[in-house]
Amino acid sequence: MKDNFKKALKLFLVFFKIGAFTFGGGYAMVPIIQSEVAEKRGWIKNEDILDILAISESTPGPIAINSATFVGYQVAGVFGSVMATLGVVLPSLIIISVVSYFFKQFLAFKVVKYAFLGIRAGVLALIVKAAKNMMKACPKNAVAYTIVALAFILTTVFDINVFAVIIGSAVMGLVYSLLTNKRKGEEK
Amino acid sequence: MIFLELFLTFFKIGAFTFGGGYAMLPLIQSEAIGNGWMTMEEIIDFIAVSESTPGPFAINMATFVGTQMGKEFLGVGGGILGAICATLGVVMPSFIVILFVAKFYQKFKENRIVAGCLGGLKPAAIGLICAAVISIGKTVFFPESIALSAMASYTFIFSVLLFAVTLFLALKKKMNPIYIIVISAVAGIGAGYLGEYMGWL
Repeated sequence: MKDNFKKALKLFLVFFKIGAFTFGGGYAMVPIIQSEVAEKRGWIKNEDILDILAISESTPGPIAINSATFVGYQVAGVFGSVMATLGVVLPSLIIISVVSYFFKQFLAFKVVKYAFLGIRAGVLALIVKAAKNMMKACPKNAVAYTIVALAFILTTVFDINVFAVIIGSAVMGLVYSLLTNKRKGEEK
Repeated sequence: MIFLELFLTFFKIGAFTFGGGYAMLPLIQSEAIGNGWMTMEEIIDFIAVSESTPGPFAINMATFVGTQMGKEFLGVGGGILGAICATLGVVMPSFIVILFVAKFYQKFKENRIVAGCLGGLKPAAIGLICAAVISIGKTVFFPESIALSAMASYTFIFSVLLFAVTLFLALKKKMNPIYIIVISAVAGIGAGYLGEYMGWL
């Protein structure tokens, strides 16, 4: 019990550090998790990192939270997962809370207003890059391409709710995979 | 009750985002703008803040929206409470799901229903982020309204040029996002004062 408590405390500190020093979040966090949690401390095996990534991609929520919860659970059970998740969240919570208070006043300065005139164009470029990276992970089949097109058209042209689009896509994916599996079964 | 609303809204956002990072953007856009909590400009500006501060985008965004809304409602203490409610909301779905998955990992991995749903979710996330690119592009290039006359304006020409340059730096040079934001900020300040001096703004 005492041993678990110590481990959980260490999990908190390690994930606090990970949360405080990764910019951009998500995948930027993976190499740091690898060195801190697998290589330095041997809490999980190196190949487990790949599993964590696979799980993160197939479950909802940000990768940072998913991996903290997963590693915490592997090392010290439910208490460990709570402490690791808390650790990775706290730095953002503290820093952004402080920034948020001054954000609007900050934007009132003319120099800041001009800076954001440029920043908005730069942010758009970053989002285009993110979209391009996501496309690499797209399944290569006609149904997947149809879903991409449908999701795009339904939200931009017809203003359909994004949650409805997401649920509909999951159902389409499921129906498609059940149909193709059935066909494969019949061929055998 | 704004605090409960923050928690529930971000819980919903957390539960429906697959892939993390910018995949969350279309959902935040739909909810936060739909509820009248934020404007598109505020979201874009905050993405820059999120890229230049540590921590995952999702947590930063939840904390930011939570602070802004809570502060309006109850002052400084309300801001802190709002940040905690929104952040807790966005974290909870992953936390619960992962705890469950960690226990039954092998079964989860081989589950055909999970794999089938994911086959639809991944392409949907791509379609949605492309839609977000369009609506954000509209805000960046045409902050007032889409019109041919707006395309002759100094800010439009500057935004298009800077977008082309930063896109090249991001895609071809694989430049770190923080540097891209710094370069864009410096370019914006330069263009702003130049435009003011020349009377173009």
